[in-house]
Amino acid sequence: MQREAAIREPLILGHKTYKDITDDVVGPIMGPAPLGWKIMITISSLIAVYGVGCILYLLGTGIGVWGLNKTVDWAWDITNFVWWVGIGHAGTLISAVLLLFRQKWRMAINRSAEAMTIFAVIMAAVFPGIHMGRIWVSYWVLPLPNQFGSLWVNFNSPLLWDVFAISTYFSVSLVFWYIGLIPDFATIRDRVTGPIQKKIYGVLAFGWSGRAKHWNRFEEVSLVLAGIATPLVFSVHSIVSMDFATSVIPGWHTTIFPPYFVSGAVFSGFAMVQTLLLIMRKGMNLENYIHVKHVEYMNIVIIVTGSIVGVAYLTELFISWYSGVEYESYAFINRFSGPYSWAYWIMMSCNVISPQLFWFKKIRRSLVATFALSIVVNIGMWFERYVIIVTSLHRDYLPSSWGEFHATSIDIGIFIGTIGIFLTLFLGFARFFPVLALNELKTILKSSGESYKNEQAK
Amino acid sequence: MSKIFHVMYDDDAKVMAAASELVGQGVQVKDVFSPFPIHGIDPIIGIKRTRLAICSFMYAMTGTSLAILGMWYFMIQDWPMNIGGKPSFSLIENIPAFIPVTFEFSVLCGAHGMAITYLLRNGTLPGMPASNPDPRTTDDKFVVEISTDNNSMSADELEAAIRKTDLLEISIKDA
Repeated sequence: MQREAAIREPLILGHKTYKDITDDVVGPIMGPAPLGWKIMITISSLIAVYGVGCILYLLGTGIGVWGLNKTVDWAWDITNFVWWVGIGHAGTLISAVLLLFRQKWRMAINRSAEAMTIFAVIMAAVFPGIHMGRIWVSYWVLPLPNQFGSLWVNFNSPLLWDVFAISTYFSVSLVFWYIGLIPDFATIRDRVTGPIQKKIYGVLAFGWSGRAKHWNRFEEVSLVLAGIATPLVFSVHSIVSMDFATSVIPGWHTTIFPPYFVSGAVFSGFAMVQTLLLIMRKGMNLENYIHVKHVEYMNIVIIVTGSIVGVAYLTELFISWYSGVEYESYAFINRFSGPYSWAYWIMMSCNVISPQLFWFKKIRRSLVATFALSIVVNIGMWFERYVIIVTSLHRDYLPSSWGEFHATSIDIGIFIGTIGIFLTLFLGFARFFPVLALNELKTILKSSGESYKNEQAK
Repeated sequence: MSKIFHVMYDDDAKVMAAASELVGQGVQVKDVFSPFPIHGIDPIIGIKRTRLAICSFMYAMTGTSLAILGMWYFMIQDWPMNIGGKPSFSLIENIPAFIPVTFEFSVLCGAHGMAITYLLRNGTLPGMPASNPDPRTTDDKFVVEISTDNNSMSADELEAAIRKTDLLEISIKDA
């Protein structure tokens, strides 16, 4: 049996047995829905309905209902897209990269982080979809024979790479998530008593029986999927960054973009995981599985990636001066001192300064502080994209066409609406799905469970 | 008449010990049902490492070839386009721009190909009936399945050997 150093903090607190893990995760699914959940899903689905209404209005009227103008012709749509895709990165990072590094703490959080990934990527896909204007011909982005459009799609364009990257990322994450869910659905299938529930979970469990050969394959498939999902995560946000970096707009045309965007994505993704899990662990009584140590580990990732993002901001400023290109330097001087300097300084303080507080152990291990800072980081990362996109566009080479972007109620409605849809999906997940990878957690109970560790120490 | 023994244990360490003991006496263990993967049981009961990783590699290589072939046809052969003066009339000069899609498509084929093969080989597909002998094996119990079919011992000898292990329950069925 695998042993772990006694000095390491246990990952599962209290005196838990295999059965307790099953009961703690499956119990809330079988019981009646708690009042808090009902209130939250009502609010979020109302917001979602409002968002869908705004989207339908946009589709019916055209994208002129957004605040876009001739100068700033890309604003909240792409900001929201990049923000959501960025959030989506934490799930695969947790389940794939941390699996390759054999980090056991990932098991408590990977399931919900992956669910978050999938829902966030769906929300991200909404924006380019509706930005097309005529969403009913959106299948033209696929390489279809000429009869469907005028020409083949352009494989030299990062926008098309994005189509492949996002769809691959979404479908591979979904498969990765579902393969992990199958054994846990089987556990629910064998526990629930209602005939309809039993039938539904029976279908979802694919007839999983836990045979030794199947577990052997399961572990291999998880490992290989983790191995190929890891470069996939990095490629996806690199490609998203190339939507900007391959253009010749000062402020976008930077080689630092791919690594800078990837670390920003991980940064914002972990912040969103913290926001969601801190509520979920409380609401579903999972404090023994997702506890201060898990939060601390995630905060360490947040310091590291937040600092990388900070270095990237400063590097951009330095290079814009060092390049000697006046358009390039102007773009950056305008960023921190022009009409959008308020957004720049929100971004700087939320993304660079605030996560540095996590160097203090007290703050890093405080759940209240973590929750507050995770919201701050989410806001900061939205502003980062806003700053990159809008400030680079609003003053171009021709001063007569300089302008500003003003969001309309539809811009705001669609953005808030996607948050509503996302939360509705996530709450649905929290109610009906096994929110912890319960069968994987059982494999670490004896090496990282508190009571087992205490016994070994004796 | 052949018989199937389903022997239940309440701990993974006990299953390992029992399986080693039985295999040491020459008993063939047909299968083990467990709620989670028991690390180290595979070599004891004679399960070889799966070749799914090799499958995945082959699917991914198929994806790589298809992506390059497709892009060559779309962008070079069928309808070459002059896009910002980039080299668009030769595959080798245009290949840097094709790398991202090639990579994504390889991952797409590798991951989905492997996942589909995995589900088919396992026989775990939507709506399939569960085949674990006891519903508790997805919770906290472990069942070792032994059949008289692939064992030279008689049913009584097998039962005697099994009863010596640290078991919880035993069920004997006629196959």
